[in-house]
Amino acid sequence: MNSLIQVIRIGLLRTKLELKQFLRQRESVVFTLFFPVILLFIFGSVFKDTIAPGVTFSQYFVAGMIASGLVNTGFQQLAITIPMERDDGTLKRLRGTPMSVTSYFIGKALLVTILMIIQTALLLLFGTLMFGLNLPTSPTLWWNFTWLVILGSACSTVLGIAFSVVPKSGRGASAVVSPIVIILQFFSGVFFVFTSLPTWMQQFAAVFPLKWLTQGMRSVFLPEDFATQEVAGTWEIGKTAIILVIWLVAGLIISIRTFKWSRE
Amino acid sequence: MSLAPAIEVRGLVKKYGEKVAVSGIDLTVERGEIFALLGPNGAGKTTTVEILEGYRSANSGDVKVLGFDPATKGAAGQRWRNQIGIVLQSTSDAADLSVIETISHFANYYEKARDVDQVIDEVGLREKINAKARELSGGQRRRLDVALGIIGSPELLFLDEPTTGFDPEARRSFWDLIRTLKAEGTTILLTTHYLDEAQALADRVGVINDGKIIEIATPDTLGGRNNAPARITWLENGRVQEVLSQNPTEEVIKLSQKFNGQIPELQVLRPNLEEIYLRMIGELK
Repeated sequence: MNSLIQVIRIGLLRTKLELKQFLRQRESVVFTLFFPVILLFIFGSVFKDTIAPGVTFSQYFVAGMIASGLVNTGFQQLAITIPMERDDGTLKRLRGTPMSVTSYFIGKALLVTILMIIQTALLLLFGTLMFGLNLPTSPTLWWNFTWLVILGSACSTVLGIAFSVVPKSGRGASAVVSPIVIILQFFSGVFFVFTSLPTWMQQFAAVFPLKWLTQGMRSVFLPEDFATQEVAGTWEIGKTAIILVIWLVAGLIISIRTFKWSRE
Repeated sequence: MSLAPAIEVRGLVKKYGEKVAVSGIDLTVERGEIFALLGPNGAGKTTTVEILEGYRSANSGDVKVLGFDPATKGAAGQRWRNQIGIVLQSTSDAADLSVIETISHFANYYEKARDVDQVIDEVGLREKINAKARELSGGQRRRLDVALGIIGSPELLFLDEPTTGFDPEARRSFWDLIRTLKAEGTTILLTTHYLDEAQALADRVGVINDGKIIEIATPDTLGGRNNAPARITWLENGRVQEVLSQNPTEEVIKLSQKFNGQIPELQVLRPNLEEIYLRMIGELK
């Protein structure tokens, strides 16, 4: 019991330290927190078409950006920074101390959670102010939004830690991770209307969580009857939850099993 | 209760695929001593030390560090790390944190952490406490590494090439720091490429080559250094004369009588540790 408290205490101290380090790296602050907002401005300003009665592309896009923001801050950020920490000696040093790996994960997960909250708030703010995003009015939709963010960010976090063993070096990590994220964004209906994509692309994207997350966010932010425009003709809320949970569990198991302190 | 030796290794073997990095090492380091492990790159030095530190596992052999198998996984392995301190080779982590932030944070990890202020004074970083790690010089950065290595008041400290890139003055004051730690009772396992460093600090040195320990001795007796003939040189008839002698004192007295007192440009040279070491690893005949 005592040691569990200690693990959590150190995890919280690590969160504070991680946040401090994050905020001191100006490039990463801009890239991680503001990049989705910048994309929102570009796409929202260029594509102003109406894609269905009462639904503009910018609204469609904001929903997708909120979903993919979770992927940027969690998956992308962790899969890039953990290999860098493996290279610069951070992980090796920590490995040589009594600190528990769980505390390290708590630090990462809470850092990412804080960043996601800030980023989602920014997107909601600019989305409503500038691109006609309608905030949900019913408690059910807010509830859906809440669990989508929690499940989505948890999924994104564990998959980022799991994927951190893939890049061979910290320097090359960005080149490995970023294209995957960008391709998934294209395939999952963030930059284009999902139903306008070729069927094979849709089927490919349906394997991964981002497609479900974007669809879920659309169910929150777009009019209810837009569901008929989706591939299945409904929002598939239950299916979305199941798929996200499967990815979360898989990611958790993989990250615990494969996490590497050093590059051997 | 008698304490187990700080380090006890029997028949340690480590292979990477077909390549044998360490082929049967025996080593005992007593509590409170400074032991220097010397050896050329690729000799198995780093592999051995990383096994002792718990970073790698051995293929076979018996390894006990403070009476504990460092390869033990899980919570027991984590707890054991309360008693050791590791100063790794060149690091560049935590570049955006200040000296005081990093040291105070690491102090939280340990059951019996030392006083942060005292550690800062001891490593001589008082004037740099608010500097970011990226702003420190190489020597200051190394001092920060040592501070992080000793913050948990370790019984055993691993120092991996601690003074690489230091200027002579920084190295001297670093040596003083190591001596202070020894005086406080810390056992230190040092690896270094500098033979003068081993000479200055170590109680015993072990030379490792091709994955084997060739010899373990005090710096003064390694490789039969204490019995090796001394080289005596002096100036006579405008030329440097040289003689090798097992009994240099007698030789000097003789010379002194010959010159009626002052021997011009007299030098008596014992082989230094570096010469002995290079001869041992086959680099010097």
